[in-house]
Amino acid sequence: MPDGLFIFFAALTLGAASLLVLSRNAVTSAMGMILALVGVAADFFLLDAYFLGVLQVLVYAGAVMVLFLFVIMLLTDTAESAEAYPWKSAALGLAVFFFLAAGAVWLFVWSGAVPGTAAGATPPELSANPSEFVTAAKGFGRLLYTKYLLPLEIAGFLLLVALVGVVSLSKDPVEENA
Amino acid sequence: MENTTLAHHLLLAGLLFALGLTGVLVRRNLLVVYMCLELMLTAATLALVAFSRFNRTMDGAIFVFFIITVAAAEVAVGLALIVALYRRRGSVKSDELVTLRD
Repeated sequence: MPDGLFIFFAALTLGAASLLVLSRNAVTSAMGMILALVGVAADFFLLDAYFLGVLQVLVYAGAVMVLFLFVIMLLTDTAESAEAYPWKSAALGLAVFFFLAAGAVWLFVWSGAVPGTAAGATPPELSANPSEFVTAAKGFGRLLYTKYLLPLEIAGFLLLVALVGVVSLSKDPVEENA
Repeated sequence: MENTTLAHHLLLAGLLFALGLTGVLVRRNLLVVYMCLELMLTAATLALVAFSRFNRTMDGAIFVFFIITVAAAEVAVGLALIVALYRRRGSVKSDELVTLRD
């Protein structure tokens, strides 16, 4: 049996994700998404990845979801009618979900493909070996500026490209033609 | 934390991914579809962090760091595309945007 905190946050995450998928109100969906992301961040904390958990809350549950909520409130009349979802598409969705869920349960629980080892001792805060799992944010910085320097530069450039792309996409097409 | 094994975390990630894919297939509001896509991405990062922690290496965690960066950029561009689509077509419902199919 997994411990209580994991069960609690896993149930929270799955419940919130179901709210995201099932709610007919787009704003309620976004709230479910925020709760699911916070639940995933809590799971990062349980996995001793504290820096990633904080990053998940700041970037995803914070910045990205505020952007989503802003666009939802800007664009849509939030509530959808039930007629948009005929029983055929609902049945297809249910079938896909149960197929995938059964596959996940079989693969991770019954097939024995995943070793049942426990996590072991808490990882150290810092270690002399840079590629060992550590909990301190310093462990990220050390690798990002040595082994992963080129990907880091590319990620920074990608952010710049995205910035320019969003600005050019947001230009009013009518204004351009005039 | 002693009794939670790798399989538990992977199962949570798998179920989250299944929920996300269901949402992508069923929902008609493009914004909600996009959120479900993000949920699938998050499920993948959860599996990566779990593997990284149980194998005691840092590489999976670093990969998740890059995924969060790229996802932030991707959401900004995707939402700008959806807003541009709405300005041109006046709708973000996928069953009303069927010009190529008809």
